[in-house]
Amino acid sequence: MNDMRIVERDVDTNEVKIAARDVQVFYGDNHAIKDVSVDIDDKTVTAFIGPSGCGKSTFLRCINRMNDTIDVCRVKGDIRIDSEDIYDPKVDPVQLRAKVGMVFQKPNPFPKSIYDNVAYGPRIHGLARSKADLDDIVEKSLRRGAIWDEVKDRLHAPGTGLSGGQQQRLCIARAVATEPEVLLMDEPCSALDPIATAQVEELIDELRKNYSVVIVTHSMQQAARVSQKTAFFHLGHLVEYGETGTIFTNPVDPRTESYITGRIG
Amino acid sequence: MPFTWLVLIILAIAAVGFVTGRSRALQSAGGDSRDLHSLPIYYGSHVAMWAVVPAAAVLIVWLLAQPFFVNSRVLATLPDGVVTEGSSIGLVMSDVRRVAGGLDVAVAQGAMTRDEAAAISSKTTDVRESLGQVGVALGSDVSAEVLGGAQLYRTLNATGSLIMTVVVLVIALGGAGWAVSRSDANFRARNTVERGILALLICAASIAVLTTIGILFALLFNTIEFFRLYPAADFFFGTKWAPSFSGRGGASDLGVLPLLWGTFYISIIALLVAVPIGLFSAIYLSEYASPRVRGIAKPLIEILAGIPTIVYGLFALLTVGPLLVSMFGKDTVGWMQGGTAVMTAGLVMGIMLIPFVSSLSDDIINAVPQAMRDGSYGLGATQSETIRQVILPAALPGIVGAILLAASRAIGETMIVVLGAGAAARLSLNPFEAMTTITAKIVSQLTGDADFASPEALVAFALGMTLFVLTLGLNVFALYIVRKYREQYD
Repeated sequence: MNDMRIVERDVDTNEVKIAARDVQVFYGDNHAIKDVSVDIDDKTVTAFIGPSGCGKSTFLRCINRMNDTIDVCRVKGDIRIDSEDIYDPKVDPVQLRAKVGMVFQKPNPFPKSIYDNVAYGPRIHGLARSKADLDDIVEKSLRRGAIWDEVKDRLHAPGTGLSGGQQQRLCIARAVATEPEVLLMDEPCSALDPIATAQVEELIDELRKNYSVVIVTHSMQQAARVSQKTAFFHLGHLVEYGETGTIFTNPVDPRTESYITGRIG
Repeated sequence: MPFTWLVLIILAIAAVGFVTGRSRALQSAGGDSRDLHSLPIYYGSHVAMWAVVPAAAVLIVWLLAQPFFVNSRVLATLPDGVVTEGSSIGLVMSDVRRVAGGLDVAVAQGAMTRDEAAAISSKTTDVRESLGQVGVALGSDVSAEVLGGAQLYRTLNATGSLIMTVVVLVIALGGAGWAVSRSDANFRARNTVERGILALLICAASIAVLTTIGILFALLFNTIEFFRLYPAADFFFGTKWAPSFSGRGGASDLGVLPLLWGTFYISIIALLVAVPIGLFSAIYLSEYASPRVRGIAKPLIEILAGIPTIVYGLFALLTVGPLLVSMFGKDTVGWMQGGTAVMTAGLVMGIMLIPFVSSLSDDIINAVPQAMRDGSYGLGATQSETIRQVILPAALPGIVGAILLAASRAIGETMIVVLGAGAAARLSLNPFEAMTTITAKIVSQLTGDADFASPEALVAFALGMTLFVLTLGLNVFALYIVRKYREQYD
């Protein structure tokens, strides 16, 4: 927990990438997210923490409109990426999701080869002009996913045959292959062992150079290790949001303090 | 003693044994069921099990064995002379059984006393007439040998039944008594009953397996018999199917190829109809339809699977055939001569197979984990891209399995073919011509009045064997595909 004492963090002062205002989410009659407003910076890792069921994953899924695939889910309020309202009827959610990549809790490679897994997005969106171009994109993405050296000799082996940590890095490579601007990660390490977790965390720090990364995590150590900003959710409310160092050492809200000291959650 | 009574008495012994065993066990524990090894009901069940199972097993074996024993004893007494020209020992034995049955009826109706029936002789009485009076018609006068055989038959059966009753009752009582004697607090009744249940389950499973083997052997022996009468090469490679029934003279051509071709042609058309429609409806139902639509549509499609095939056959004969004739008949393009054709049967069979394909595919598509869909949507794929590139490839082995199962169903289908495709065995590429299949020919070869020992009738078994091997091969292949390519998602 040593990291938590570091108050001074090198937060690059950035313009706001995602701006959410008064977001409400309902699952049928269940009011899952209440009045959440948050500004997420570009080229920053932002961590969402909070006890189970507090709505952090739900809010994450609002940012790329993955909640649209759930029938009973309704989203109200205003979420803007680069000042553009993503819930505007003019916006195609499919295009949006290409711009806002997502990595899931459990590694979910498609039952295809490693190459085809990474090439999936570029092929759908027509990002490659030629086969050589596609090869380049795949290699670059796998390098960004920090898995190139492990798989370069077996690109045509099935992606499901990799180990859990490798699968998750493959999924990250797959997500960055479509050149997203934002990368959403929903507990990306919860199914991984500590070594794979360390590799993925290192990778997340790398990714910060190019993307705005939002990560949901149950591990407060992980939030402290990888993020520059942290948001604490509780019972559907955004309780506190600020620089990670401040949140962990000097929280304003008593609920945040209770949570990070282990009294609730 | 009638059979029903015997069964009821065994059950009564079991019931009494249940109560006795239970109370004896309780007694040995001083009336406190907590001191028993098992719940009291297990001690009761244990005794009941020992009363019923061995007795029932002996009963069943005895019932199976007694007719063989009696038959062979009666046969041994019949002199060689009774088998007349044009007859066989089997016919004489059936006469014996019939007379014996007639005597039973006469006794039951009070026309004869038990002693009279035992003492009746063909010299003093006209047996045929006296049995005719009680409603048992015999084909010819009863000879002394047959009457003697019938009387022996009755005596043996009566004695056999008496011994059987005594033996079975002794076993039931003995079993129950032995089990009661073991019922004390330390006896592990629960484990014993559990083993009994296990044995019951094994019996049930082996009956299914043994029946399959039995069917296979019945087919096999008759097939071998057929190949003894008809050359196998002519059967497997003959291109003509022209059975000539005895009496009309001439040798038969029994080549399987026209039938095999008809079977495959009709099945292929059926699959061409069923696979796209079934698969597309499965995709719609599992990926696009709202739960409400799915809740209504899925059972409706599955109703198709419950319609008897004879009804489909009528539909082919009365609706689809005439419709096709009006479309392709001599009034328009002139491809089709009559309503019965490969196309008619194929289309209707295809409709019949839709629920097989759609229902199985639907389950398989639903089994693809949501994580796959999320992963694809998360990369900005549309719903149809996700289905085409992720879900269908993941579900493909299962879908292929479903299609192969539908194919073996199509190959084995009979009624639709009989009514829809006609009866002409023909090697032709025109789908608007009448053709026939293996199954339809099995029906027509066995429902005529052909001699059962002639190759024209026995060929049905060879056809059945061919069909069995074909569908078995397809099923094994389907299972292999499904197992080999099954995706391990976890």
